[in-house]
Amino acid sequence: MPRLKLSIDGIPVSAGPGATILQAARANGIDIATLCHLKGLIPAGACRICIVEVAGGRRPVPACATRAESGMVITTASERLQAARRQIVELLLAERNHQCPVCVMNNNCELQAVARRFGIDHVRYGFIAPTLTVDISHERFGLDHNRCILCRRCVRVCDQVEGAHTWDVRARGTASRIISDLARPWGESGSCTGCGKCVQACPTGALFEKDVQGTRKGTLCLEKLLEWRRRRTR
Amino acid sequence: MGTSVMGNNIDAAENLPDYPELKQLLGRTTLPGHELIELLHAAQQQYGHLDQPLLGQIARSLKLPESLVYGVASFYHAFRLEPPGRTRCAVCTGTSCHIKGGTRLLEQLQQLLDPACGGSSGDSRLSLESVRCLGACGMAPLVRIEQSSTPARLYSQMTPDLTLNLLQSAMEGGLPPGEALAPVRLLGPASQRIVLANCGAIDPDSLASARAAGAYTALEQSLRRMSPDQVCGQIRDSGLRGRGGGGYPTGLKWELVRSAPGKRKFVVANGDEGDPGAFMDRTLMELDPHRVLEGMAIAGFATGADHGFIYVRGEYPLAARRLRAAIAEAESAACLGRNIFGTPFTFQVRVRIGAGAFVCGEETALMASIMGRRGQPVIRPPYPAQHGLWGRPTLINNVETFGCVAPIILKGAAWFSSIGTPGNNGTKVFSISGDVTVAGVVEVPLGTPLRQILEMAGGVTGGDFKAAQTGGASGGCITAEHLDIPVDYDSLTGLGTIMGSGGMIIINDRRCMVDLARFFMRFCQSESCGKCTPCRAGTEQALRLLDALCSGEADLEQLERLEELCHLMRETSLCGLGMAAPNPVLSTLRWFRQEYLDHLRNGHCPAGVCRRGAAPCRD
Repeated sequence: MPRLKLSIDGIPVSAGPGATILQAARANGIDIATLCHLKGLIPAGACRICIVEVAGGRRPVPACATRAESGMVITTASERLQAARRQIVELLLAERNHQCPVCVMNNNCELQAVARRFGIDHVRYGFIAPTLTVDISHERFGLDHNRCILCRRCVRVCDQVEGAHTWDVRARGTASRIISDLARPWGESGSCTGCGKCVQACPTGALFEKDVQGTRKGTLCLEKLLEWRRRRTR
Repeated sequence: MGTSVMGNNIDAAENLPDYPELKQLLGRTTLPGHELIELLHAAQQQYGHLDQPLLGQIARSLKLPESLVYGVASFYHAFRLEPPGRTRCAVCTGTSCHIKGGTRLLEQLQQLLDPACGGSSGDSRLSLESVRCLGACGMAPLVRIEQSSTPARLYSQMTPDLTLNLLQSAMEGGLPPGEALAPVRLLGPASQRIVLANCGAIDPDSLASARAAGAYTALEQSLRRMSPDQVCGQIRDSGLRGRGGGGYPTGLKWELVRSAPGKRKFVVANGDEGDPGAFMDRTLMELDPHRVLEGMAIAGFATGADHGFIYVRGEYPLAARRLRAAIAEAESAACLGRNIFGTPFTFQVRVRIGAGAFVCGEETALMASIMGRRGQPVIRPPYPAQHGLWGRPTLINNVETFGCVAPIILKGAAWFSSIGTPGNNGTKVFSISGDVTVAGVVEVPLGTPLRQILEMAGGVTGGDFKAAQTGGASGGCITAEHLDIPVDYDSLTGLGTIMGSGGMIIINDRRCMVDLARFFMRFCQSESCGKCTPCRAGTEQALRLLDALCSGEADLEQLERLEELCHLMRETSLCGLGMAAPNPVLSTLRWFRQEYLDHLRNGHCPAGVCRRGAAPCRD
């Protein structure tokens, strides 16, 4: 199949068939900020940080979950998009407790990085930040709901890569919480294999390793892992 | 944890309570794993509520992950994870009930009875909850009382005192007889009715009665004398547009599914009428179930589908019962099922019961729910016409759209397109309630002026006409100066509202529009699935801003923040719920901006509805 030819921010780029807008952009050195996206997982299009404008489209679309098509004219950083992204990050910062100085992921956090990138120095919405529980029942890991942004990367990596489906989401709307098994403490989970992929996949300090000097999070490359697995099963 | 996986399971299995009936309930399922919601309904009916051991047992029986089962059970409001009180009192919080004091009634009862909202009182004798619109808007404010020994009963025009008296006598075992069912009044001239033509004229429990009124003749005619292409052509030429609110050309949708590659296809009828204050679909499904089934079968023939699902709102038990009975009777008479009318065409319909989630009206969430998952929308494209239920091409139409099909086949596309206004053909069913003399259902040609529809309901009561709210939580309002506009898809869009599924709430000049906007935002906030940020966090923040407005604590900057949030939600939300959630706010801001300004700090509520410092229940 021929390669797709499209334009992103005025730059003509090409992409392989089936590529998403995000893949096409990143392959050509144009970076689009993301949060719920993680290479190797099925895109959810949930956080809405990666929205881009496609000429002729009525509304912005998520770059992570929209297929690139030949002839598309894409804008990734218009004033309107930047304003919307800032608003979305502000909403996330106000939703739970994101006090960076006292977070295990300080300076390693994707939410913090995105906020810094968009120059967010204050939040215009009221802080909701309910006091939520911290689950440290697991031998090696912990779950702090106060830092969770509900990107569901943990849910997806556990289901799609590890195949355990230990995680899911309870309830809905603002009451949504990440749960393991029947909303039981993580340490009692019968399905968790203790692989730690969820911890690696978590963009914030919601899932963390206990008793580790400095964090070892963010070292997981799912693409390499999947490639290794494919080689092994071949 | 790796080392104790086996150990945990064995320990857990030994301590499990036994659920002997579960096996029997499981035996009834044909698509195990995908009938999780059906099984949860059945298990709740059997055991009263769904506790953790039971959910664990269900997960093991269906071979599903435990977290998935818990995630589904906790997503839907109809499922109780805690034991309910022996007497369950539910206050309807639909739009009509709200404007007539339902929300305040709930607050007052909460203060008097003091169980937390949605929870039960400590001694488990009584539980108080709020319930989504029961589609009985003529009875507002409405209270439903259920006891394990008796079926649910409805009580109309309730006050705190009356409700307390009722609960007192209920707990003493002498509940006065209320209405078992919410009656529906058909208003307006019968001669104009197409979809509802048989409603009230036939016995909905009898196929013979329906057949005598012409049911299944259109299906027989299509099967014997027409090709699928001809049927699609008739629908396309009739100009029928989706009656669920989108207004997408139905014929086009049918042709998309017809031309989609694949052997196995599905037809889905969307009867998840979630908009507060809408009860058109309930009327049709309860009073003429065969009409919907016939439309679905014709659609199946036209698109090449042999299976259909009809998704009925959980709050409409009668509709589900009648549809199930109608399917069974029609199958035994070869009007549905295998080899319909002796032809090779086979079409089987299954009823799926919703579980209290407004978002399931969105088509991708609806499909997730049919497949037994959390009702979370997924990104389109791919559209259901290409990639729907179980990845197969799927046609999804509203039940009223299916209700239009048989008359079009019998009387022709030209006849149908001669009714209504150009581009807006046929009739539309509206449910009209709120501040009107008689609440009920009307069916009028598209383009009928609002004033005429209002007259059919006997005009405004309690004051002068202020606004008509259309399209429910996704819509907006029409003001007095536009009373003479023709009501159709295009003119309403021009006024910044939508026709939606057809719910219409009339509001008199003693109601507060800011309070109404807050009511709809509260609805969207509690119905948001929580997947995308703008809808989950945006509705919460917008609701807080509206709360501040209503309690006189907001300033101009917060009003600006609210508008900004509304635009964000509209532009960037994942699905229709989030995109449309700000509509009632934007519409009331457009037409009643002064009321918002009056509510700012040091101001007042012109209608005297909003109270200072009131903390409403968040469901």
